[in-house]
Amino acid sequence: MLADGPEKTGDIERIKNEGKELTKEEKQRLRKEKKQQKKNKEKKDEKAPLESEKEKKPASSSPASQATAQPPTQKASSGVPAPAPVPVAASEAPSPVDKPAKSKAELKAERRARQEAERASKQSKKGEVGQQAAPSKAKAPPSELQPVVKRLPEHIQVDNPEVLKKLAKKLERQQIPLRSDYGYKVSLFSHLHQYSRKAPLTQQLSIPSSVIHPAIVQLGLQYSQGIVAGSNARSVALLHAFKQIIRDYTTPPNEELSRDLVNKLKPYISFLNQCRPLSASMGNAIKYIKKEISNIPSQCKEEEAKSKLQDCIDCYINEKIILAAKAIAKYAIEKISDGDVILVYGCSSLVNHILCEAFEKNRKFRVIVVDSRPRLEGREALRRLVQRGISCTYVLISAVSYILPEVSKVFLGAHALLANGYVMSRVGTSQIALVAKAFNVPVLVCCETYKFCERVQTDSFVSNELDDPDDLIVTRKGKTHLEHWQDVSSLGLLNLVYDVTPPDFVDLVITDLGMIPCTSVPVVLRVKNVDQ
Amino acid sequence: MEFQAVLMAAGGGSRMTDLTYNTPKAMLPVGNKPLMWYPLNLLERVGFEEVIVITTKEVQKMMSADPKIKQDVKMKLEVVCIQEDGDMGTADALRHIQPKIKTDILVVSCDLITDAALHEVVDLFRAHNATLAMLMSKAHEFTETVPGQKGKKKTAEQRDFVGVDESGKRLLFMANEADLEEGLSIRKSILRKHPRVHIKTGLVDAHLYCLKKSVVDFLTDNKSISSIRGELVPYLVRKQFSKTINGQKTKDDVEDQNQKKSDSSTNLELHISSRDEPLLQLAQERSCWNDHRGDMSEAYHGGKLRCYVHIMDQGLCYRVNTLAAYIEANRLVSGTYDVLNVFYCINIGSDSIIGASCQVAEKTSIKRSTIGNSTTVKEKVKVTNSIIMHGVTIEEGCNIQGSVICSNAIIGRGADLKYCLVGNGQRIEPEGEAHNIIGNDA
Repeated sequence: MLADGPEKTGDIERIKNEGKELTKEEKQRLRKEKKQQKKNKEKKDEKAPLESEKEKKPASSSPASQATAQPPTQKASSGVPAPAPVPVAASEAPSPVDKPAKSKAELKAERRARQEAERASKQSKKGEVGQQAAPSKAKAPPSELQPVVKRLPEHIQVDNPEVLKKLAKKLERQQIPLRSDYGYKVSLFSHLHQYSRKAPLTQQLSIPSSVIHPAIVQLGLQYSQGIVAGSNARSVALLHAFKQIIRDYTTPPNEELSRDLVNKLKPYISFLNQCRPLSASMGNAIKYIKKEISNIPSQCKEEEAKSKLQDCIDCYINEKIILAAKAIAKYAIEKISDGDVILVYGCSSLVNHILCEAFEKNRKFRVIVVDSRPRLEGREALRRLVQRGISCTYVLISAVSYILPEVSKVFLGAHALLANGYVMSRVGTSQIALVAKAFNVPVLVCCETYKFCERVQTDSFVSNELDDPDDLIVTRKGKTHLEHWQDVSSLGLLNLVYDVTPPDFVDLVITDLGMIPCTSVPVVLRVKNVDQ
Repeated sequence: MEFQAVLMAAGGGSRMTDLTYNTPKAMLPVGNKPLMWYPLNLLERVGFEEVIVITTKEVQKMMSADPKIKQDVKMKLEVVCIQEDGDMGTADALRHIQPKIKTDILVVSCDLITDAALHEVVDLFRAHNATLAMLMSKAHEFTETVPGQKGKKKTAEQRDFVGVDESGKRLLFMANEADLEEGLSIRKSILRKHPRVHIKTGLVDAHLYCLKKSVVDFLTDNKSISSIRGELVPYLVRKQFSKTINGQKTKDDVEDQNQKKSDSSTNLELHISSRDEPLLQLAQERSCWNDHRGDMSEAYHGGKLRCYVHIMDQGLCYRVNTLAAYIEANRLVSGTYDVLNVFYCINIGSDSIIGASCQVAEKTSIKRSTIGNSTTVKEKVKVTNSIIMHGVTIEEGCNIQGSVICSNAIIGRGADLKYCLVGNGQRIEPEGEAHNIIGNDA
């Protein structure tokens, strides 16, 4: 059916032109085609801005155009050759409505491209933010070329003015102030947001915040100032705020709790996103909550529904965070033997928990804490470990290759585990894993399953977070050399937050489901989806 | 709702009785607007829609008559009247309105004129889940000559010692020179937790406080506290480091034992802890953030009661509670707020404010002054650096410099006033000369 499409319409047109009467089948087919053409027209309007954006990217004349052209083509889907035929198809078929008689070779090429696109779309899973062109998938019209276009998340398209306009409109509708970017952005990362801590979002809010629940304003402030930092802490704080929202919520008349509450949460989530981009764990938690809310039966009374939701939240935290940590600690302790020298990086709540538990179980080991600027989170990890009585060494990341000959194991925490096995964690983690691999030291990543994310990334440029560049400025002996960095036109400060570690450098991932190799992450995700 | 605003407008203005013996402090005209218009305007600008105004019946009557408040203030004002006898302190007033308080409160004093960004104070309150957040400002020298003052001698103000931590945000202690007998003593527990303390003395307390609701509930149980600034704030600041909160007992707190006995029996702690305490604790535990470094304790040293202060170094922040402050405020306000009515044929500086329905005749010169509503200024008058309130009549040929003329006064022809304060409804004789005099009853 799919392959015959263009040829059949060609036939029909020929028949029409010849003036012969159309058979019943041909009439039906004609009607179907007309319907699809109408739908394609609508989709074309949707596709046009995306196409123009795709064409714009390769055409940009910035010096890093090569580099920026690469990530967009990788961005689109699961790294399968689907993007390549997509721009080709787009340029090839500008008006799918018109059906000029195509040569057989052209038709074959179109068919092949379409098949590839559909194969790619079938393979890629639904992204957490990617609203797949599901309509396009379902309606993949047999006669038209429908490149499978995934809508890219807004937060990695900051250099596209149309996307920014859309975002501004959306925020205006939700009555949330727009946070403006700050400072010069390094060109490789100009597609990401960069905010300043000195310009909080609350500047533009009225003080007794009426539009946004006060718990969310407080949470947003704590995120943007870094008071609540770390994947687990952010998720727990988010769920705590949600509990308060649910407690203070009353269903307006003529509305259903299951639908209205989800709509109420949307502007709050946009607000939190503006304060600090959401983490993968927060995204999963939000998905869970939204699902639970929409699953509330309509005949359920409000009080009952609210208490049920609060129990769900407590249950989620208990299962996915507290018990998961216990399970992971149990598995990890098996891997820690007496006399071990364990290297940890930064401050991961899970790794700290594991080490403290292992120490309680009387394992004899010592820890080397590696730290890096500007966050210097290692100091906090150091404090927590030393408080328990564990003997620690503290080095900066520049000394990692000097200290590695002493190390027997490396324990790393993760911010998220991507679907292709890559580990997304604090910037610097991939370096540690790399050096550890060079020294043949086993690298173990500890991560709860609720941080598993269906996104796929092979590099750290595409989707990352830019922190306040002023954090890099340091005052020593009364002199601040970078104080006026904005005045120097050729200088840009880059404060990255995350990076991705390829699975070849990771020997084992310890999750609450057990100890799995890095490449088994898609399996876990698939099992999780089936369960749900 | 996040905050309820409370405006304390019942103060008597005890430090400027010359001005307030007739007009209550809240309604003194500053730049032709009643003094309480300024904090109300501030609250309206940041987005409040309702304010609870605690005031006396007299002020309430004047408020309803005043056009500025009726028209310009779009917020809903809920006026609570209290007795005028002056026994009620600000904390007593809070206790009085406790049934109306449903959320955290923002208490503002009626004599505050500021352009501070309130979100700085409120953000401290929100982000750190503080019990108290207040606003302070670097004090400015008053440069204008004040009527009644002999020379430039500054009145010996009692100094306030304010101790903040390294970041300049956390309030560690607060003491007034009047309360200290021998010297300033700082508890060891504070120094152990915050080894670097910055002590500041030249700060003006703006009397703007964000307080948690639990504090108001605490006040209802403890009737001994009657003033916010004088008693409640120092109590809260002291209680941050109180041993009962941290649950540790050490030897060197004998004085603390005595204080504990005199302190109220109800534990403020019980009020502060919220419902989802374990979740908040969990989030804080898992978070890799600490507010200090160098010792082994967790964020905030495990203390639940925290007091924060935002110290403004730039911008306007005045508390109009003395005559000097009143004159200074008038001067500044004419520069920042809108000026009306430009007349021709006379010399009016752009830094003066002329009120509505004024009659200013020709050949007058008005510089850096504020003229109230319904004032009549006749010919050949020179007004410099002065504050003329409503309904005043200034006859021809007067020369008024650096003075404050209260409402309904009549300045006779050819009078020459330098640095004087003329009280309400007074008459200055024609050709009279007065220099640096405060006259209340002629």
